[in-house]
Amino acid sequence: MELIRAINLSLGYDSHNIIEDLNFVVNEGDYLCIVGENGAGKSTLMKTMLGLHPASGGEIRFTGLSSNEIGYLPQQTLVQRDFPASVYEIVLSGCQAHMGRRPFYGKNEKQQALDNMEKLGLSELANRCYRELSGGQQQRVLLARALCATKKLLVLDEPVAGLDPKVTLEMYELIGKLNKEGLTVIQITHDISAAFRYASHILHIGSRIFFGSREEYTESEEGRYFLGRGGEQNG
Amino acid sequence: MDKLLMYLSRPFVQYALIVGVLIALCSSLLGVTLVLKRFSFIGDGLSHVAFGAMAIAAVLELSDNMLLVMPVTVLCAVLLLKTGQHTQIKGDAAIAMISVGALAFGYLIMNVSSTSSNVSGDVCSTLFGSTSILTLTDAEVVVCILLSIVVVVIFVLFYNRIFAVTFDEDFAKACGTRAGLYNMVVAVITAVIIVLAMNLVGSLLISALVIFPALSAMRLFKSFKAVTISSAVLSVISALAGLIVSLLAGTPVGSTIVAMDALVFFICFVIGKCTGGKRA
Repeated sequence: MELIRAINLSLGYDSHNIIEDLNFVVNEGDYLCIVGENGAGKSTLMKTMLGLHPASGGEIRFTGLSSNEIGYLPQQTLVQRDFPASVYEIVLSGCQAHMGRRPFYGKNEKQQALDNMEKLGLSELANRCYRELSGGQQQRVLLARALCATKKLLVLDEPVAGLDPKVTLEMYELIGKLNKEGLTVIQITHDISAAFRYASHILHIGSRIFFGSREEYTESEEGRYFLGRGGEQNG
Repeated sequence: MDKLLMYLSRPFVQYALIVGVLIALCSSLLGVTLVLKRFSFIGDGLSHVAFGAMAIAAVLELSDNMLLVMPVTVLCAVLLLKTGQHTQIKGDAAIAMISVGALAFGYLIMNVSSTSSNVSGDVCSTLFGSTSILTLTDAEVVVCILLSIVVVVIFVLFYNRIFAVTFDEDFAKACGTRAGLYNMVVAVITAVIIVLAMNLVGSLLISALVIFPALSAMRLFKSFKAVTISSAVLSVISALAGLIVSLLAGTPVGSTIVAMDALVFFICFVIGKCTGGKRA
């Protein structure tokens, strides 16, 4: 089933377009990796999908997906580094997506937060302070929070930025597992070799735009150029 | 001790204690959010705006200067918090600019068109707090109680939303939480509290009421709820202690309260170091 379709989408700031005529489709169960150079507009595209930034042309059409059914894993901000909050409080805050106007968490929300913490192996850390956790643990906390917000679509912005190789691998395995369980995943990444290992579809943006399945990407000119460099970080 | 009991039986002292405790409570609740959002100095900035507005109100000889001071301060708070992120002048610079500018204009206006004979005395009492906390009228006390109740109720109702928006504004927005609205709520409440608190500690020392309890609580606790609650408790204790000491020792009210806040921070800092911050 189709979830998202971008039709002739243009993105940019202040009437200056950085992407034009972008077309792609995300179906249920897909694992879409968005790759491209720095400044190509990956983050802008993601913000537009999340409704944080308006498109300057064209449209993004959502089917059977309302804006509060997207689980978003943003990049860490400076504010969060020394934030006094327990793991449980942060995960629980993901449930606000479907609370409507209710001010307080109910039983369902609390149970959902506990379930998602269990799922990602965070139960032991429930009362620990977020700022004392390792980088990998912090990412898992934010992922658990995103899971509280969605049952359909995860949107991940550089989920392994700043993690060491072992933890990076664990994070990818975890995301891959969630995808196999039925969640649709859209992920921004610099790491094209990892993107290639897990993704079902690839959207390459930059001076040339490519969208297609993983197999088609291998055959394409863009794909051959980037993959040919042996999976090193594309700059 | 007898002296203290004698003071406590006077209504003006009771009023001062009630107002002091309520203002300390409200300012500390918001302090946690403001400190974490890197808006520690907004208290300072807004209080100077309020000072400037008061000077204008005095010159215009308005009967009730709150009518001018409150809207102007609220407006500035909204502008400062709203445009904090994507503007040409960044948050801290904008606050510093408005703060110093309002202070200068306020003093200028007071001097040029001085309505009273003792300008520097007037200025000094507005900046450092005066004895006006001991000369509150019934009406002022009632207004303060009502506004405090409104602030606490709004804070409790929006507590979870405020937490989410403070921790991660983009995520909250992506979830459909109207982050702009909650930022606005925080801005308006901040302005209201600051205008109220000018009576208590004066405009130069308001930042202390906002910052110290939050920072003290963060030395001791590590969850948002615990930090918020303990910050409120510490703030109320400091305000009470400061008021009583200033009554007995005859010291200036505002600076005594702030000194108490600083003392509490120092104690919390030492405790935090000793326990190595192991508490949840």
